[in-house]
Amino acid sequence: MKCNFCPKPATLHITDLHKGVVKTIHLCNSCAQKHIADLTADVETDPAQPNEATAVSMLQLHLAEVTEESEEQEQQRCPICGITYQEFRKRGRLGCPNDYTLFAEPLTPLLENIHGSTQHTGKIPRRTPAESRKKYELIRLRNELRQAIRDENYEEAAKLRDQIRTLEQQQASE
Amino acid sequence: MNVEDLVKTSGEWLRGTGPESDIVISSRIRLARNLADYPFVNRADDSTRLEIVETLREPLTDVPVPSRMHYVRVDELEPIDRRLLVERQLISHEHAEMPGPRAVALSEHENVSLMVNEEDHLRIQVIHSGLALDECWEEINKIDDSIEEHVTYAFSDQLGYLTACPTNVGTGIRCSVMMHLPALSMTKEIQKVVNALHKINLAVRGLYGEGSQAMGDFYQISNQVTLGRSERSILSTLKDVVPSIIKYERRVRDALVKDNRDDLHDQIARAYGTLRSAQKISSEETMHLLSSVRMGVNLGLIDDLEIQTINELFIYTQPAHLQVLKHQTLSNSERNVVRAAFLRDRLSGRQNGS
Repeated sequence: MKCNFCPKPATLHITDLHKGVVKTIHLCNSCAQKHIADLTADVETDPAQPNEATAVSMLQLHLAEVTEESEEQEQQRCPICGITYQEFRKRGRLGCPNDYTLFAEPLTPLLENIHGSTQHTGKIPRRTPAESRKKYELIRLRNELRQAIRDENYEEAAKLRDQIRTLEQQQASE
Repeated sequence: MNVEDLVKTSGEWLRGTGPESDIVISSRIRLARNLADYPFVNRADDSTRLEIVETLREPLTDVPVPSRMHYVRVDELEPIDRRLLVERQLISHEHAEMPGPRAVALSEHENVSLMVNEEDHLRIQVIHSGLALDECWEEINKIDDSIEEHVTYAFSDQLGYLTACPTNVGTGIRCSVMMHLPALSMTKEIQKVVNALHKINLAVRGLYGEGSQAMGDFYQISNQVTLGRSERSILSTLKDVVPSIIKYERRVRDALVKDNRDDLHDQIARAYGTLRSAQKISSEETMHLLSSVRMGVNLGLIDDLEIQTINELFIYTQPAHLQVLKHQTLSNSERNVVRAAFLRDRLSGRQNGS
């Protein structure tokens, strides 16, 4: 029998079952080597391809650590995006901004577990009303003050304390 | 913009000139943002996703960056061009593979990429060469402000910027530093570093982020916590930690030179020799050998090669780059031949920046 790809005699016979279709090919020595190299093309370690084994979702780990929710909580459905907390648990993604309010109860311990905190102290969009901006500026400053004291950075702490006092006085006089 | 033209140019972050750039390849910050008036991407149908792509087109091409922005519909690209953008670190693997209308706004210098409809409506990313986290933050903060002039972000006073995954909520920030740590890898000291970083909530990943392998001795170090700390405070954790890892890597390199100079020099010279003469080479072996050569250049054991050339070779020898360069689909075996030829050409004929 001749090789399927060249006139040389076939020495290797491969029966391949792909999507329920049986296919037999006959190959000579050199074509066989090329064929096998191409077969392994799919398993080439491509640096840009994620490695399944190490891609254990951090979220799944955290989800496993916080306790199960009540049946009622699990089944509550968001009127805006239509997902339930149970679906979030399964897929790891929330459906819309409203879910953070709707599922606040089960999400709080999860956020605590992931971040060790449930209060934002970072950047605030410019469009947020000035009122809440000031409020959160205070929260941020108090947090940074705690951190500065923990780090024994007293110069920074004194500066922060002054800033907090100024803001508090501003709010009191408004 | 023709995406395939990217193979003729080189990203600014690969130039290898920033601070500590012998060990720190690049610094990167990304911000996750969502529009207030749409469901998150995973709950948005194709027509909603298209609306988001169109809503963001103007704001994203208008951002204040030194070079021009190009808005590219990722879903209309050939698969090979999407792979090229992934290899170039301009879009994520997920963004390349997922279905539905999606886009990326790219700056000509490749420092800025703004992904639309990845896991979140918007992922803002800024990369700079070397250890340059502050530069990245200045730039990304301005870009974020500029986009926000046009759109309203989903934001809550308590939880900050709202994201599809609760692991990103709050600041939505991920700061990463890509480090080349061949000496720590070789001596297995890297495990200690990884353990110590995990203890302070920093993640260690490979060249291509989540789930990728530490190939070519590249380690990407980034924050995990995004809520309850300010952006500055998250940045300063990384800025505190990275210099001590740099120092550790340098110390181990010095020890290797002092105790095993001949062995080390031999290993590096052989790696260089293989790259300059191989006729077939896999991408895994290429990364491994380039890593040795890169360290050799930094230690002065190789003196006719520039860091930028090596940085580029890590990216340009990957599958999509080779195929776009050759204008054809190549099997694994054919790629290995093309890769070897490409390496021989870049390393033997035209050194010294010519």
